[in-house]
Amino acid sequence: MYTQAMDTMGKTDAAEPKKPVRSAEDVAREARFEARIDAGDFIEAKDWMPEHYRRTLVRQISQHAHSEIVGMLPEGNWITRAPTLKRKAILLAKVQDEGGHGLYLYAAAETLGVSRDQMLEALHTGKAKYSSIFNYPTLTWADVGVIGWLVDGAAIMNQVPLCRCSYAPYARAMVRVCREESFHQRQGFESLLTLMQQGTDAQRAMVQDAVDRWWWPSLMMFGPPDADSPNSEQSMRWGIKRISNDALRQKFVDATADQAKVLGVTLPDPDLKWNDARQSYDFGAIDWDEFWRVVNGDGPCNRERLAERVKAWEEGAWVRDAALAYANRQALKEAA
Amino acid sequence: MSDTQKTEGSARAPTEARGEWPLWEVFVRSKAGLDHKHCGSLHASDAAMAIQMARDVYTRRQEGTSIWVVRSEQIVASDPAEKDAYFDPMADKVYRHPTFYALPKSVDHM
Amino acid sequence: MPAASIDVARDPHVQYLLRVGDTCLIQAQRLAEWCGHAPVLEEDIALTNIALDLVGQARAVLSRAGRLEGERGGVPHDEDELAFLRDERDFLNLTLTELPRGDFAVTVLRNAALATFFKLLWQRLESSSDPDVAGIAAKAVKEARYHQRHAADWVLRLGGGTDESRQRLQAAVDHLWPYTPELFDADDVDDAAASSGLGPRWAELEAGWRAEIEPLLDEAGVKRPPPRAFRSTGKRGVHSEHMGYILAEMQTLQRSYPGGVW
Repeated sequence: MYTQAMDTMGKTDAAEPKKPVRSAEDVAREARFEARIDAGDFIEAKDWMPEHYRRTLVRQISQHAHSEIVGMLPEGNWITRAPTLKRKAILLAKVQDEGGHGLYLYAAAETLGVSRDQMLEALHTGKAKYSSIFNYPTLTWADVGVIGWLVDGAAIMNQVPLCRCSYAPYARAMVRVCREESFHQRQGFESLLTLMQQGTDAQRAMVQDAVDRWWWPSLMMFGPPDADSPNSEQSMRWGIKRISNDALRQKFVDATADQAKVLGVTLPDPDLKWNDARQSYDFGAIDWDEFWRVVNGDGPCNRERLAERVKAWEEGAWVRDAALAYANRQALKEAA
Repeated sequence: MSDTQKTEGSARAPTEARGEWPLWEVFVRSKAGLDHKHCGSLHASDAAMAIQMARDVYTRRQEGTSIWVVRSEQIVASDPAEKDAYFDPMADKVYRHPTFYALPKSVDHM
Repeated sequence: MPAASIDVARDPHVQYLLRVGDTCLIQAQRLAEWCGHAPVLEEDIALTNIALDLVGQARAVLSRAGRLEGERGGVPHDEDELAFLRDERDFLNLTLTELPRGDFAVTVLRNAALATFFKLLWQRLESSSDPDVAGIAAKAVKEARYHQRHAADWVLRLGGGTDESRQRLQAAVDHLWPYTPELFDADDVDDAAASSGLGPRWAELEAGWRAEIEPLLDEAGVKRPPPRAFRSTGKRGVHSEHMGYILAEMQTLQRSYPGGVW
């Protein structure tokens, strides 16, 4: 769902080994592999694949999974304070879906030779990233609707092309995710529409304030500009990435600028303007310093989000251990 | 029960020493008359839990669905992929997973 | 100016339904606190699923209760007015549900106690003289069975797991057990419901409840504390100190945005 800049996270991956000397056999295998990709073939779990392809996918898929899990926190915050029972139910369903999506993605990553615990270890120690959009705080109820509209909207744009990713277990997981995702964006938009069209002035102000805080971070979800994304090219050649960051970002702006008009909110970009020649919206400059600051750990909520995940994991250790101990005991009983 | 293992080349972190819940593959038949379809996997400590979780995650508790769960390491697979010259211990597994083989402790540091 | 509280009908039939709906709602509220914090992702999904079922049950029962107020000559209310604009004294959930979330042992034990109770109650409510209630019960009983299976399996895992898990389970029993007699206390609300056929006296469910819960706890290897005279009184609107905090959190938006539409 939140694959922003995942392919550039290699910036912080200091342990990346140098390309090993390849045998003639490897060169031949790689050529056959690339031919399969070019032919639009799907790669399955046991197929030969270049180590770099495997490693890139492990990183991308697991970070995508981590994003879903961490993403449960800013929205989960509001379940107990949801303003109606219907909204409480919708939010519970949405957050539950996100957990489920994380699970599908961890399952897909595990087919590549990494275990769930290893992936969680990487997350908890800060080695693996998650989409930095979730390092922003949800301060009002309107934030929940805006996340549905903008953040899930951006995620859908990223995810639909991934349904054709060359690595089949990931593609299949994405098909499942996309089927369930449209409900998320619709419920967010519908919530905002209700607030704007039927709500009080105070409620409308709440929505505008939320939009003002989430707009730019949503644009950053598509990752750095194409010119600054050196790994994108390789990912594109391997069918892991289908559409460029900038192209997706433009698509998103075009769609949401019109949706904003329907809602009656202003997007906080004075340079946002329809360009007739391009048949697209021009928009203002993104603060990439903020993006890198937040990605690298200095956003408003980075520490808290990770701390909550680590706490849940550590405090849950006795539960996981108990379940295993019980299962072992039962197995011994049955074997006796 | 197998301990978690490293994949080749990655460092073993201290928290991996605790047992991980085993991995199960999930197959769902959504409607009578259809085949069971593979949906994905999940971690559960026992079969009862695996079934319940599979219902929660992969069927959203739709009535009338049939669920099979199988320990991933117990599935015997044959893939028409390229046959490699060297011995591949994972040849008959569904995919390479660090926990699919329990090695004797003396060599269990890979 | 914050939104004013509503007055709720004192009619015992309405109160009977509020006991059911409020218990589901407050239990859901506590379960929702696990979202993103469960010991393992699969359990996060499971607990959230249970909470979702309970919210659904609460909505259905509260809606029916609110309509019944009107049918009985009072002012009708909808599910949200009842959930968000009632004062604490008019909530009739069991005190058991408002106790803090606790650790995973407290949660699964509470779930086991309540799900077993609700399974028995919904089974009886399937033959309620009120067709709406009977319809709600037909769906809810399936959910309660599922909740009970999930909770009972976990009680056994924790009881038969490690020393730590059994100790925590024992601590959970010691902590929660004194709040269970309230489930079966009898009063005129029950009498009215039994007379009209709306639903059974909750006291009638005690034998069935004990027949399921006690062997479960025995098998899990935990002891029940000796009976005490203490009785919690949430069913009658007199709650523990925890209820005020729950309602403050749950009702905050509706109270601070009077006339708001969500």
